[in-house]
Amino acid sequence: MLTQSRPYVSTTNACKLCRPLGAALAFKGIEGAVPFLHGSQGCATYMRRYLISHFREPVDIASSSLGEKEAVYGGGPNLKKGILNVMKKYRPEVVGVATTCLTETIGDDAGRLVREFKAEFGDLELPEIVSVSTPAYGGSHMEGFHAAVRAAVDQLAADAAPTPAANLLPGFVSPEDLRHLKDIFQDFGLPVTVLPDISDTMDGPTLEDYREIPEGGTPLAAIRRMAGAPATIEFGRTLRSELSAGGLLQNRRGVRLFSLGLPIGLRETDAFYAALEEISGRPTPRRHALERGRLLDAYVDGHKYLSGLRAVIYGEEDLVVGLAAFLAEIGVRPVLAASGGGSKRLSAAISAVCGSILTEIPRVMEDVDFHDIVEQARALSPDLVLGNSKGYRVLARELGIPLIRVGFPIHDRFGAQRLIHLGYRGALRLFDAIVNAVLEKSQDESDVGYGYL
Amino acid sequence: MSTALLDERKDQIHRAGEGPIDLACNRESLAGAVSQRACVFCGARVVLYPIADALHLVHGPIGCAAYTWDIRGALSSGPELHRLSFSTDLRERDVIFGGEKKLAAALDELIERHRPKAAFVYSTCIVGLIGDDLGAVCRAAAARSGIPVIPVQSEGFKGNKRSGYLAACKAMFELVGTGDRAGIGPVSVNILGDFNLAGETWIIRDYLRRLGIEVVATITGDGRVDDIRRCHGAALNLVQCAGATQDLARMMQERYGTPFLRVSYVGIEDMADALYRTAEFFHPLADGILARTQELVRGELEGILPELTRLAGELQGRKAAVYVGGAFKAFSLIKAFRHLGMTVAIVGSQTGTPEDYAELAAISDPGTIIVDDANPLELSAFIKETGVDVFVGGIKERPIAYKLGIGFCDHNHERKIALEGFAGMLNFAREIHRSVTSPVWRFMPRRAAAPSGRQKVASAC
Repeated sequence: MLTQSRPYVSTTNACKLCRPLGAALAFKGIEGAVPFLHGSQGCATYMRRYLISHFREPVDIASSSLGEKEAVYGGGPNLKKGILNVMKKYRPEVVGVATTCLTETIGDDAGRLVREFKAEFGDLELPEIVSVSTPAYGGSHMEGFHAAVRAAVDQLAADAAPTPAANLLPGFVSPEDLRHLKDIFQDFGLPVTVLPDISDTMDGPTLEDYREIPEGGTPLAAIRRMAGAPATIEFGRTLRSELSAGGLLQNRRGVRLFSLGLPIGLRETDAFYAALEEISGRPTPRRHALERGRLLDAYVDGHKYLSGLRAVIYGEEDLVVGLAAFLAEIGVRPVLAASGGGSKRLSAAISAVCGSILTEIPRVMEDVDFHDIVEQARALSPDLVLGNSKGYRVLARELGIPLIRVGFPIHDRFGAQRLIHLGYRGALRLFDAIVNAVLEKSQDESDVGYGYL
Repeated sequence: MSTALLDERKDQIHRAGEGPIDLACNRESLAGAVSQRACVFCGARVVLYPIADALHLVHGPIGCAAYTWDIRGALSSGPELHRLSFSTDLRERDVIFGGEKKLAAALDELIERHRPKAAFVYSTCIVGLIGDDLGAVCRAAAARSGIPVIPVQSEGFKGNKRSGYLAACKAMFELVGTGDRAGIGPVSVNILGDFNLAGETWIIRDYLRRLGIEVVATITGDGRVDDIRRCHGAALNLVQCAGATQDLARMMQERYGTPFLRVSYVGIEDMADALYRTAEFFHPLADGILARTQELVRGELEGILPELTRLAGELQGRKAAVYVGGAFKAFSLIKAFRHLGMTVAIVGSQTGTPEDYAELAAISDPGTIIVDDANPLELSAFIKETGVDVFVGGIKERPIAYKLGIGFCDHNHERKIALEGFAGMLNFAREIHRSVTSPVWRFMPRRAAAPSGRQKVASAC
């Protein structure tokens, strides 16, 4: 396998973020929840700023704001005081506590501290408190995201009474993607619990009054009943079993698990619809069949603009796998697939989704930074880049090729929260965006200025 | 208000005109209060970031470096090493066995690859806990590479953002005095505490050039290591954003006798005042400098006043909220808003001192809410109570303003529009005007419900 590990000790321009950011974002997708980072004040503030740049929404993340004294004597008192203050101000239904480097290194056990808190303040009306261990000196924001989802299921999904609602564990996808996924379930007549659901909390309407906690998110009652679901669909080909909430529900509660790739492009989306047909016992609704037909129609209409082009893709591992699957089927050769994540599953997943079409499997780089991605990309002379904003200056601009912005973070374009990548509809949008990027470049570079392309 | 304000926060809020001000500032943020502040590391990183030909290596886990990669608008006229993000990306095994070896190797490879003029090594939370001897590793790396390798003691939890400013000043002071000051004239300054956001330092530098003043080092904006090494040769330090760099000015005054002036380049009055005071300082040495200053200020004002007056006419009577990092900028903004015919109803900062807040109370209109280390719920309650039309702050405050249906102006480090100097004042007026006069606000539910303006909203609180 063409996998290369990093030759350097240091990291230049990381292609990942840290675990607590993912955990905080996942907690933002639970109804009435306030994410709470147990650590120094800076972590929460940096992550808030980072998320706000992408989503353009208020992102309140509380912190236990540890100082020097707490670092020596333990952060427990600050954690407890902080939760009480959050209760007073936000009246949350759920507080999602994630640890940080600082508290993991001083040995604070968040789970134990939360149990102490519940015992100590049992006379108050307490919110549910979910705790997850997310030291940032390992893994990436995606490990934090999945760990938080798993912790929520582990600590809350206690009711095994049968419910008609299926579970969907989508991973880190956009609010627009989530709205589309929920529509698909609705059209199949299949009730669904989507965890987490940031579709409203991270892309909310303007209302008459400021909401302490924005409306939306997965209802607590629905999370409690996930153990009684007829099935779980979990996206993520690189998701390790110890981070899989779907695996937990299957092993502990016998909930049937459909473990799928992110539905990007025709084939991965077909697999998703096949699962939906099986779970619901119904055929794909006509409007979705038509959407699939329009996608195929576009594939044909646009194929010559794209055929034989070479692309570099980077970002979260599962996004990269989905994009590779999609590019392979539209005739764009993914020559480099890179991620800062280090699941050690990226190569196998890329081969699995591209192998039947590509004669040459793309070069795969895991746990890699932008310095190495750029160095490798330069040697592969790509025509396009697909990834987040971080690759604009150092990669796309440097190589003079278009960047089609996907995933997170996108902080140099407008409307990131409304981008859609998933399903037949998302594939169509991606396809249009790629074809148009190619047309725009050739038009801009042409002396003629053709008005028909 | 009742839910927005925690008891322990009450003595960090004051209303101008209601008794003497005694704000409990410069304390650690309250747990669970969702402070808008960052940490010690952030403070240090902000100040040193614009030194463009230095290597800025963050010794820690990946987050601290990732969240500060190229996020600021500090421009460089030459090298752009500061726009890259370097980290030792500490992993679990480093936390257990120590990160010194990894740091040494990282320094060697990065110095070889980029040939920087100096390297700053930022300490983060866990480095302060695992006991890496940053000083020893840096000394050894300096000996191997022949460039200054300077540790920055910026463990996130050891204080607040102000402690980070001090750590940065101490780090810069290691460089000061190590270069040759030969050739520096008597009419010379250093520019401290201006970050060259959107090229603002260049605007100020150009004014000074026109007055015949030599600029030795623009330390924290378009900064260069070699300039900083010889900046003790300058006759005067001009210190803006006093919280961030006043410590360096004090250190230079103590060791080299360099006097300093606290200035601000925001707003017409403060910009003109900065130039006049600088000119007065040099006036015995520099022939005709006062006349040149008058001429410059007059010419610049003539250039902007017609449009400024037109914009102010349309902004008359509007109200603003100001929440910024340092209180010093807030003084200037209150004055700048008065030029636009506007009042400031809320003013606050992340890192103000008791003296800063006393001065704010003195220049604010009666009833103005003055707040230290605020948070989203307090700010949103204050916005509703006062019925302001526009909020001046940073990216973290923007969605609060927008959700409440009021305008916004980014006056933080991410800005891409120059807001300093005379030209900057005009840009500022345009920014405020562009936001406040947009037709979109009339459709926002909170304002559509109260078309006559703020009365209804105010009475609802």
